[in-house]
Amino acid sequence: MWANLVRLLRHRGLVQTLVVRDLKARYRGSVLGFFWSFANPLLLLLVYTFVFSVVLDGFRPVDIEPYALFLFCGLLPWTWFSSGLTEAGNSLVANGNLIKKVLFPAEVLPVVAVVANMVHFLLALPILVAALILLAPAAPRLSELVWFPIVVGVQLLLTLGLGLFLAALTVHFRDIKDLLSNVLTLWFFATPIIYPMAAVAGRGPEVAGLAPLGKVLMDLNPFAHLAISYQEILFYDGPFGHWKWLLVLGAGGAVLFTAAYAFFDRLRDSFAEEV
Amino acid sequence: MTDAAISLRDVSKLYRRYAHQRRFSTLKSALLKGSLASDLRPHEVVRAVDAVSLAVGTGACVGLIGRNGSGKSTLLKLVTGITRPTSGAVNVSGRVAALIELGAGFHPEISGRENIFVNGVMLGRTRREIAKQFDEIVEFAELEEFIDAPVKTYSTGMYMRLGFSVAVHVDPDVLVVDEVLAVGDEAFGLKCLDKFSEFKRRGRTILLATHGLGMVERFCDEAIWIDAGRVRAQGDPRRVVHAYTTDVARREEEDIASKDRRVQAAAEERRGHSAGEEGSGTGDGATPRADRAARETGAAPDGDAGTGDGATLRADGGARSPDGATPPDGVTPGDGATPGDGATPGADGGAPETGAAETGVPEGPGKPDAAVGDMFQATEGRWGSGPVRIERVTIEREGNAAHVFRTGDRLTLRLEFRTSEPVRDFVFGIGIFNADGTCCYGTNTDVEGFEPVELSGSGEVVFAIDSLDLVEGTYKLDVAAHTRRGMQYDYHRLLYTFRVKSETKDAGIYRPRHQWTFSPNARFGPPPAPAGGRS
Repeated sequence: MWANLVRLLRHRGLVQTLVVRDLKARYRGSVLGFFWSFANPLLLLLVYTFVFSVVLDGFRPVDIEPYALFLFCGLLPWTWFSSGLTEAGNSLVANGNLIKKVLFPAEVLPVVAVVANMVHFLLALPILVAALILLAPAAPRLSELVWFPIVVGVQLLLTLGLGLFLAALTVHFRDIKDLLSNVLTLWFFATPIIYPMAAVAGRGPEVAGLAPLGKVLMDLNPFAHLAISYQEILFYDGPFGHWKWLLVLGAGGAVLFTAAYAFFDRLRDSFAEEV
Repeated sequence: MTDAAISLRDVSKLYRRYAHQRRFSTLKSALLKGSLASDLRPHEVVRAVDAVSLAVGTGACVGLIGRNGSGKSTLLKLVTGITRPTSGAVNVSGRVAALIELGAGFHPEISGRENIFVNGVMLGRTRREIAKQFDEIVEFAELEEFIDAPVKTYSTGMYMRLGFSVAVHVDPDVLVVDEVLAVGDEAFGLKCLDKFSEFKRRGRTILLATHGLGMVERFCDEAIWIDAGRVRAQGDPRRVVHAYTTDVARREEEDIASKDRRVQAAAEERRGHSAGEEGSGTGDGATPRADRAARETGAAPDGDAGTGDGATLRADGGARSPDGATPPDGVTPGDGATPGDGATPGADGGAPETGAAETGVPEGPGKPDAAVGDMFQATEGRWGSGPVRIERVTIEREGNAAHVFRTGDRLTLRLEFRTSEPVRDFVFGIGIFNADGTCCYGTNTDVEGFEPVELSGSGEVVFAIDSLDLVEGTYKLDVAAHTRRGMQYDYHRLLYTFRVKSETKDAGIYRPRHQWTFSPNARFGPPPAPAGGRS
């Protein structure tokens, strides 16, 4: 297990090469090429802004201005998370010939999927920065911004853990792929990305006399804490107050990653046969 | 050669088969039925590799031979570490490169150049090491012009050359090759062999799974024959290959024999059916009439005699027709030239219920092939009635039942007959057909002038071919006993199979005994090895 983890570190050259390959290959043959890395999140932002400012004007959460920026803070990390998981889950099956015909470290494949999507996320950050400069009433404080890499790190750990777990499981149960896309849709709407946490935290009956159901559910949703962290750091004024939750999530992510890696390792021998 | 580069100790690999088609079963259904645990338990275990122990010395080139599905590829995967053994230990010293699938891991969208780096890193090199060898890799793959084009634009050959080139330039200590040479063209194959020779010179170990037995004999220091997951023989390539080919021939014999038995049993059953459906008399009566009908409608009077399609099992019975219909060509009975007029084994012996309809269709004189066409519509089967039965047919070589022959072998066909009452009108005939359905030869006792006197009780008719001068291929036999007029006692249509093998890949059907002589100014190299040597 630990030896394998160390080996994973040794494979970073391979991960790097494959991530670069993925990025190069992704927009090969398209006219805009690499520009799509910026254009995609921009278009996504426009679509959501249009929907919530024009089509569903009445449903838009009040007193969140500018709404587009708020949306963007949660949407970008979510895109990384959801496409990372989708691709990681499918990575072993899609690269079956590598697993079956070449001596290849299987864990590299889901890791590459998650990291490649992280790179896309990072490449879209300039758009976010531009949006901040143009739309934000006040620039975010530096003391808050130092938390940003930590949030990214926690999300990476969490996504890697889930990705490894899903990849190993998808080899044995192909229908995870279809299940996952629907679960992710539900998860998206169950996370304060298009609406603020405050809009749901007070809803629902009290659970065990402690807190309303809405808050309990949000507290149990790991991505809610990530989204809130991004929003607090980039969107809201005031000091970053969610850091305790973030640290707990980081610890949880480490545990999840270790467990998922062990699980992956356990099933490793079956991949070449089942893919 | 002293220390082992590859050593397997008591290695087994079990593949699990599941009772449900678990590949298509779903997590949801597994959870719903609560059968997740039981679904994950294997129901049947297949031993792909069964307690194999072997050692390959450093610097040896070892050929792995065996039938499809014998476990060669699984063994290679175990050696490369792609799969792990269920039990036992695999030890390989040094870097392993697996040429199991060339170009696995190439990304179609990016260029050959980038793929070389990516592929090289996948095979365990660093980018710097690859950069050093880059030109060599491209040159070996002969892709200088195309190296910056995306790999998806490559032809299959280019793709494989690049894959091979990257894999061998990784400079492995142990090279594991699975039948990749079969896919390239000749020039590329030779180039690969050169590369392997270079590996050998440099003391690298090569493990090669192949069906190219000649290559194993010429190129390998040692051969291992795998059969059903076990090592059947290991050692000197010539000896092992010989043992293997002997076994393949034996299996081929068994294979043909069992297939023949199935066909014969089915024919026997169908015969029972049709005999029950209609009186034996009507069927017999219809046949000669149909025969005549075909003849009267003017099947080509001549010109077909030489095509070989009309080989007769029966002397031209038309001349003896009670109604006096004269054969249009005036062929005399017994000359055997029955000119493609439908007096062919299939046409005149057409299954009783269909024979009349098929052969009775006027074909017109301009279509001599029509009768032939009808004949080949008749597939394997058995029909006829009367006191004579052919009980058993055996194809023999040197007194033993055999199905695989070499060109020039002696073949003996033994027909065992039984009669329920003494018969005075009887003819025995045989026909040899190739896989296209072309009749290669047909004859019977009547055309050869044997006057029937009496047939009674049971006995044998033996037809011996001194020298089976047929080209390589699979042949089927018609065997029949009938009256001189063509009423079938017992007709066996294409029920017996034999195969002819030959080193010479000559074309056609018949190989006449022949020799070549050349004047001194037409010079050739030394004569080829005498027949019998394996290629």
